Amino acid sequence: MEFAELIKTPRVDNVVLHRPFYPAVEGTLCLTGHHLILSSRQDNTEELWLLHSNIDAIDKRFVGPLGTIIIKCKDFRIIQLDIPGMEECLNIASSIEALSTLDSITLMYPFFYRPMFEVIEDGWHSFLPEQEFELYSSATSEWRLSYVNKEFAVCPSYPPIVIVPKAIDDEALRKVATFRHGGRFPVLSYYHKKNGMVIMRSGQPLTGTNGRRCKEDEKLINATLRAGKRGYIIDTRPLNVAQQARAKGGGFEQEAHYPQWRRIHKSIERYHILQESLIKLVEACNDQTHNMDRWLSRLEASNWLTHIKEILTTACLAAQCLDREGASILIHGTEGTDSTLQVTSLAQIILEPRSRTIRGFEALIEREWLQAGHPFQQRCAQSAYCNSKQKWESPVFLLFLDSVWQILHQFPCSFEFNENLLIMLFEHAYASQFGTFLGNNESERCKLKLQQKTMSLWSWVNRPSELSKFTNPLFEANNLVIWPSVAPQSLQLWEGIFLRWNRSSKYLDEAYEEMVNIIEYNKELQAKVNILRRQLAELETEDGMQESP
Amino acid sequence: MEHIRTPKVENVRLVDRISSKKAALGTLYLTATHVIFVENAPDTRKETWILHSQISTIEKQATTATGCPLLIRCKNFQLLQLIIPQERDCHDVYISLIRLARPVKYEELYCFSFNPKLDREEREQGWMLIDLSEEYKRMGLPNNYWQLSDVNRDYRVCDSYPTELYVPRTATAHIIVGSSKFRSRRRFPVLSYYRKDNHVSICRSSQPLSGFSARCLEDEQMLQAIRKASPGSDFIYVVDTRPKLNAMANRAAGKGYENEDNYSNIKFQFIGIENIHVMRNSLQKMLEVCELKSPSMSDFLSGLENSGWLRHIKAIMDAGIFIAKAVSEEGASVLVHCSDGWDRTAQVCSVASLLLDPHYRTLKGFMVLIEKDWISFGHKFNHRYGNLDGDPKEISPVIDQFIECVWQLMEQFPCAFEFNERFLIHIQHHIYSCQFGNFLCNSQKERQELKIQERTYSLWAHLWKNRGDYLNPLFRDDPSQTQGTLHLPTTPCNFRYKFWSGMYNRFEKGLQPRQSVTDYLMAVKEETQQLEEELEALEERLEKIQKVQLNRTQVKSKQSEPSRHSGFSTSDNSTANTPQDYSGNMKSFPSRSPSQGDEDSALILTQDNLKSSDPDLSANSDQESGVEDLSCRSPSGGECVPSEDSGKDRDSDEAVFLTA
Repeated sequence: MEFAELIKTPRVDNVVLHRPFYPAVEGTLCLTGHHLILSSRQDNTEELWLLHSNIDAIDKRFVGPLGTIIIKCKDFRIIQLDIPGMEECLNIASSIEALSTLDSITLMYPFFYRPMFEVIEDGWHSFLPEQEFELYSSATSEWRLSYVNKEFAVCPSYPPIVIVPKAIDDEALRKVATFRHGGRFPVLSYYHKKNGMVIMRSGQPLTGTNGRRCKEDEKLINATLRAGKRGYIIDTRPLNVAQQARAKGGGFEQEAHYPQWRRIHKSIERYHILQESLIKLVEACNDQTHNMDRWLSRLEASNWLTHIKEILTTACLAAQCLDREGASILIHGTEGTDSTLQVTSLAQIILEPRSRTIRGFEALIEREWLQAGHPFQQRCAQSAYCNSKQKWESPVFLLFLDSVWQILHQFPCSFEFNENLLIMLFEHAYASQFGTFLGNNESERCKLKLQQKTMSLWSWVNRPSELSKFTNPLFEANNLVIWPSVAPQSLQLWEGIFLRWNRSSKYLDEAYEEMVNIIEYNKELQAKVNILRRQLAELETEDGMQESP
Repeated sequence: MEHIRTPKVENVRLVDRISSKKAALGTLYLTATHVIFVENAPDTRKETWILHSQISTIEKQATTATGCPLLIRCKNFQLLQLIIPQERDCHDVYISLIRLARPVKYEELYCFSFNPKLDREEREQGWMLIDLSEEYKRMGLPNNYWQLSDVNRDYRVCDSYPTELYVPRTATAHIIVGSSKFRSRRRFPVLSYYRKDNHVSICRSSQPLSGFSARCLEDEQMLQAIRKASPGSDFIYVVDTRPKLNAMANRAAGKGYENEDNYSNIKFQFIGIENIHVMRNSLQKMLEVCELKSPSMSDFLSGLENSGWLRHIKAIMDAGIFIAKAVSEEGASVLVHCSDGWDRTAQVCSVASLLLDPHYRTLKGFMVLIEKDWISFGHKFNHRYGNLDGDPKEISPVIDQFIECVWQLMEQFPCAFEFNERFLIHIQHHIYSCQFGNFLCNSQKERQELKIQERTYSLWAHLWKNRGDYLNPLFRDDPSQTQGTLHLPTTPCNFRYKFWSGMYNRFEKGLQPRQSVTDYLMAVKEETQQLEEELEALEERLEKIQKVQLNRTQVKSKQSEPSRHSGFSTSDNSTANTPQDYSGNMKSFPSRSPSQGDEDSALILTQDNLKSSDPDLSANSDQESGVEDLSCRSPSGGECVPSEDSGKDRDSDEAVFLTA
């Protein structure tokens, strides 16, 4: 095992750990293949148990023989280790650096993790596409499952099974795939039972500069329209960006060829622009020395909330077209793996009550992010402290989670889950003992044999003991469409993520606890009253029977 | 009445602030006390009531083809845009309102005509609800160190102070009078708050008339007396809440601040809170940001930053935190002053008291706090809130800032306050409404001369009667949480202070969270209480039946109504289920033609059906009975019906959409 080669010094005594909210603690530092562990050897003291893959960046400095390593985690936490001895410190630092940036996915912790809990339900089989499709097939017969991508040959980033219009055969799909970026032909994302309208998603059409067209593509998306009805194409890029894309073989749907469709351009940012936004925001949150005005201007300069506003607005617009205009929608940007998924999944949160339940939200993540081929491995390789400036690292998924939080904040009683579920998903997308977020698409996951070799996150989450942590006590099923406000006054910094390590949540936690108590007590009384009522009813009928003869 | 040029104008349109395309047609009425807009829509006939005293500015805008727009800005942050068809009518309304909004004598104010149908005894009892002598008793006064002084009997020494004042026992009348002559407007140091467990006090005064070198032996003795009244500490803090520069400038005018060399054992400290003019401008700037139509995130955040509002809030909080720490941790008494000692001093003393004493975090305690630090000590309500026509430069949102500080604290300590946000909002509303006599005039003396208690009603009794609406369901009465000081961290956590949209955008319901956790929990608690009662009744009956059964006699009992765990729908369905304008300022969708294939194709979805400002206070107030329907959100609101888009709505949306 090559880990041993990377670990030059497996153990150092008298290391002092500094971390948020706790007093400094001295203990023994141990390095394993996947973890950084600090134990004070006292019974009641919490130990550090940190996944190497959670480490985003490290700094080291020396004062005499005392070395200090500052560890910046992908979950934005910053911890500090004071290590006596320069050599030990250097060894530890270089080991951490090497272990936190392992090249091979198969060396990652999920391949070594052995669960200590009993698996009640294997999460790898919790959300099978066939089952998901059954939810629709009861309502419509216009759609079918296609296995055209069984071998991942038609579209490498699609799952083997997709939902397409019944009228379109697999041969046509193959043709359409050649006309769409990355082979991502239009597939069903969401079916709105209320009016039978749908959201589809795809990659950009490869029109190029000479206005190439594809009859099968036109036929495919037209198949979703009712006679005389128009549909909308929401392009997540501004028009000029979409126009520029033609030079590289991409493009957008020409109105001449798609006369029944109206195109709307929005401008959701991607890639490093989002990454830089995250870096600036986290920097601002960590810097507590500046004054009030400086804080607001840095919050503004990060543009994070601007991105949130743009994403939410686009999702609302899509939901509005579908629900209010009764029109079908096709959503895409360039590849159709980032901003497209933000919009399709948020539109479902707004429209579909099921996606606001725990189970439904998990299914949404599975369907619209994992199966849909959001490249988690690339996007979440680094977080707010990296300075690698790689084009493919981007907090696309975190922006989605933040947007969900914004809606949750505005509709605190309409979600079955609470903020903790969102925070947990953020953590696991960046560093996890589970295999769920490994790989960039189903094809890669298949090759890695994740189902056989790793544990699914859902196997762990969907056990009653875990679920209770993620359940919103205020939840009351709300079958309505929920329209959030996207005004700046209504959007807030998500403190639970961004200020998590900078401000104590003691009083907020107490309030949450109190809230749970109020509701639990109510339920308890309700149960008692019901029992007594039943008893009383029984006694009274008994009484009546004794009396009547 | 003579000021009303035209009592009624028909075919007026009330413009929706969020979407200028939507407007409600109706009739505008001017009465002696209110502006009333009644919508024509026959099914709702929705009414919007605005008290004249709430009107802050009236702006007549350029006449357009549709009519003459009139913009009314209210002190409770409501904004009304009316379009009046005839220019002449508009002018008449404008002239009338200009006069009506600026009464020249107290008798014109609403509280003198407001009649909640209470008899004299009830009114008097209402005024007795909050009793400051009780409050001083609660603090443990008088005692060995502090006594009630009658030096200000008949307001002989200081006309802006109350007559009942607590001073150190060792401060003789001679010292007090001497000290008063050395203080602006003779506002000499008196006790504001006393902490009995460590004998430490917070005192307040105005600035000393020290100029560049003047001294006053009695004033020095007065401070000495305050120090000696807390035997545990050998010094006191003197906190000047002004920026140092301002205080220094005052020296040229013969005023200034305490020289540490002249006073024995004081620690002097500046805490830079800006003056009323800076605060007025800051609020103005922030409200401009709130008024922006579909601002971008950057517009909003940079506008908020440029207004400086949150920086000022933080400065006030910091001062309060400093004093609370001095009192609770250092055990040192504090003398607070600013210039006159009635604005910043009131803010800071009350914030510190709120941090120190859980009593002030209860409903009644909060009323007492405002009564003590603001009303009795001569905060100039009339000048600051422009109740009577006066110098606009005197107007400043001083108590608004204090109220916001309380809200900021509530956000950080959700279980520490017995009252909820609505309580604060309604107090703010009534400070400006002049519906109750509490906040009239500039001092206790003036109120006495005006016989306020005999002629008007008390807000505190009104709020107390409706206290069910104002409770915080998360309030924890247990000692660990609420007893003792609220500890705020010392690090400058700026992100703790947030924009309060619940106050400054409160008439735009569409911007608020669509479901209220507070209302939900209150409904649960209410049900819990009913369940407790039912449980008791059931247990009793069960016992009885079991006994009776032994006697083999039958007891006839009615089956109780099966109670169902009904959903606590707290969402405002009309807004919750109406999309906003999500398309922003996009260009309209060009009519489709193949030649325009590459043109930017945008579209405008004009579906912002956000019901126009639904003023929870004014819209539903029943003027005659004076009983307001203050609950804007009924916790027992109906179960959600799955028909979220009424046919009507949909049609209108579609129409706009298609013509766009």
